[in-house]
Amino acid sequence: MIRVILGIVLAFALSGPLRAAVDIQEVTSPGGIRAWLVEEHSIPFTALEIRFRGGGSLDRPGKRGAINLMTALIEEGAGDLDAQGFAAARDRLAASYSFDVHRDALTISTRFLSENRDEAIALLRLALNEPRFDQDAVDRVRGQVLSNIRGDENDPNGIASRTFSALAYGDHPYATPIDGTIESVTALTRDDIVTAFADTVTRDRVYVGAAGDITAEELGVLLDSLLGDLPEKGAPLPKMAEVTLDGGVTLVPFDTPQSVSIFGHTGIARDDPEFFPAFVANEIFGGSGRQSRLSLEVREERGLTYGIGSYIANYDYAHLMVGQLASANDRMGEAIEVIREEWAKVAAEGVTAEELDQAKTYLTGAYPLRFDGNGNIARILVGMQIDHLGIDYIATRNSKVEAVTLEDIRKVAKRLYRPEDLRFVVVGQPNGVEAVN
Amino acid sequence: MRIAFVALSLFVSLFPVASRADNVTSFTLENGLDVVVIENHRAPVVVHMVWYKVGSADEPPGKSGIAHFLEHLMFKATDELASGELSDTVSKNGGSDNAFTSYDYTGYFQRIAADRLDLVMDMEASRMDGLALVEGDIATERDVVIEERNQRTDSDPGALFNEQLFAAAYLNHPYGIPIIGWKHEAHALTLEDAQSFYDAHYGPNNATLVVAGDVEPGEVRELAEKHYGAIPPNPNIRQRERPTEPPQLAARRMQYSDPRIGNDYVTRIYLAPERSPGDQKEAAALRMLAQVLGGSSTTSVLARKLQFENPRAVYTSAWYSGRALDQTTFGLVIVPVPGTPLEEAEKALDQAVAEFMEEGVDQEELERIKMRIRSSQIYSQDDISSIANRYGAGLTVGLSIEDIEDWPQILDEVTEEDILAAAQKVFDARRSVTGFVSNGGEVTQ
Repeated sequence: MIRVILGIVLAFALSGPLRAAVDIQEVTSPGGIRAWLVEEHSIPFTALEIRFRGGGSLDRPGKRGAINLMTALIEEGAGDLDAQGFAAARDRLAASYSFDVHRDALTISTRFLSENRDEAIALLRLALNEPRFDQDAVDRVRGQVLSNIRGDENDPNGIASRTFSALAYGDHPYATPIDGTIESVTALTRDDIVTAFADTVTRDRVYVGAAGDITAEELGVLLDSLLGDLPEKGAPLPKMAEVTLDGGVTLVPFDTPQSVSIFGHTGIARDDPEFFPAFVANEIFGGSGRQSRLSLEVREERGLTYGIGSYIANYDYAHLMVGQLASANDRMGEAIEVIREEWAKVAAEGVTAEELDQAKTYLTGAYPLRFDGNGNIARILVGMQIDHLGIDYIATRNSKVEAVTLEDIRKVAKRLYRPEDLRFVVVGQPNGVEAVN
Repeated sequence: MRIAFVALSLFVSLFPVASRADNVTSFTLENGLDVVVIENHRAPVVVHMVWYKVGSADEPPGKSGIAHFLEHLMFKATDELASGELSDTVSKNGGSDNAFTSYDYTGYFQRIAADRLDLVMDMEASRMDGLALVEGDIATERDVVIEERNQRTDSDPGALFNEQLFAAAYLNHPYGIPIIGWKHEAHALTLEDAQSFYDAHYGPNNATLVVAGDVEPGEVRELAEKHYGAIPPNPNIRQRERPTEPPQLAARRMQYSDPRIGNDYVTRIYLAPERSPGDQKEAAALRMLAQVLGGSSTTSVLARKLQFENPRAVYTSAWYSGRALDQTTFGLVIVPVPGTPLEEAEKALDQAVAEFMEEGVDQEELERIKMRIRSSQIYSQDDISSIANRYGAGLTVGLSIEDIEDWPQILDEVTEEDILAAAQKVFDARRSVTGFVSNGGEVTQ
């Protein structure tokens, strides 16, 4: 591939619909559960996206990794079905349920055919209401999680990410990986898993998006059946993190031919009045949708990397401005110099009229293209709710991009890009890169 | 299930699905350009792809990586476009673009609002015969490619070992050479290498245009005539002829140790037949064999025997990708529970396969797999890029549209006897390479 697909996923949905029509309905079930729906009856299946806010950050003290392990166990047996019985029942229906968890949410992505929708939902209902967490399943899946942790411990990107988070988040749950450690995961008991489930999967924090071959009325009935009997309240949600990054370089020696780096400082809140200027500024500076300044200077002009990007990373409980790249050990030093210079330059000078123009055409033109596919639409609908964007966001998003002026960007760039505060974490054997505390 | 084990992932492709409901039209321009139109009016979006019937397995000796390096250089200047202008123009119009290189093909694509098809065709046609390489672009872009290799391969011990594994599996055929190139050869590639590869292989008579999305075939034909129709056929294009493998008579065994390996594992690949035009039955049986053995992390044979009934592994899998021009591979892997000697892991894997050959295929499991294949024909309608990829890749490895459309039905007709016969044939130890991969003896509990 000519371009790498960079690995940091934005934690918010800057997604909107077609000029034409993504017609979102707000559905409230008879039992009072809310969801957003886009009806699309041309293909006989539905994608349903469910998120429980809090996710892996709700682990209890000393139980790091419990929610991650629990999430992997939801489909490992429910009601009178053991793990294999459950998988067989799901596959007979050709349904898919994908359970995942990150630092802000536990997510369930499902799709099911119209022809057996009721059975597919009944089976998922069983998993959410009567998960078994059998001891043999706990032990088997624990073995898989431990092997993931072992793999991650030897992976330069994993090391960089862990080191950066530890520096950034102090004693907040974000400071450590949701997978837990070999020690913490080894010590988890079945009771811990049951507690993790009760803390996380509850009605007071659930968000739902649906897209596909289903009507509002049918969705309402489905929601009550699926989620109506879940407990009302879970564990208290986390508080905002105090971001503890300061300027400097943290070097983690690791024997590998190519160093990797994550760099950043605090960012800007999603609901900040200057968010849109910041968003457009970063698209120009380090965005991945078009040739950014960072990519031009570090890759195209100098060939120092295969891919580089910067991101406004908005998590539910922290706002960061971060970037990442990989570069050969003898070239990482030069790459860091270029990044610092560009960081300072955009802070001092903002962007040019031509850059702003091009970014606007790109962002407003690319927006509608995000809405292809039921799964994508369902995910966007949930993201919008999680970010409190409002059901009319899609109609107004492009005009917010259009409204950004050069002056707006000049103003916010000073705030957003602070070269003196940049913390680089570098993993590898880079020549000429010194640790600076 | 939630395991991050990605060794050999290059060869684990999504289940191929196809359907007469794909709504496919095809025609050929006078200059030899094959055109495939896949109508899907789900969203006002179009995916526009040009697939060249040339890949890394068509490289001259000593020039490994040139197919992929040229792919990068195709984004530089042409007679009509400045360096980078194509991608800039696509993104200015809200679209995205990229490219990929495989053993058998090289593809370029854009995804963009359907009313911009004219624009992207105009630019894509410009680089079909008008690439204008300049020396100034070469060294920097070669550095980028080396960084790409560093990132994908040299930083990943599993990927490094796979290079060794496939080099051992193919003594003579170029599938034994990595797509991105051996590092020492990729370092030395020049403008002349790229130019002569381009001159030898690029042109309308060696390409397939795939246009999928919110378009009408008549409109696509008109635009294709306008932009591609005027490009003369490339007289240098030859039938692809590659060195073939001698019969493999001896099992090959490898040991690889790298302190960066997180989990020790054993993997084995067997040479296996690919999907052939008009003759896909054996390939279909192999595909189903891979599904029966390792398609589900919960209910397939290896998972059942090695992770459930008598747990000795944290991960097992089986894979087969038949979409290749030449002889391909069937693979097995076991990641044993920590502390297990790899000899024992291999023995357990072999025993599980041997038992399967005795016991036969679980009919319910086979039926579930077939249900999944049938349903994927519905689900795949939601993703035009995956449909376009299926046709583009299939056609460039020599399959016909009919072969691609028939594939799900052929899979659906596979019987237990077919699967066991295919297994009997493919699991010939003399035609295998087995790899023991470890972090050097340090056992992490």
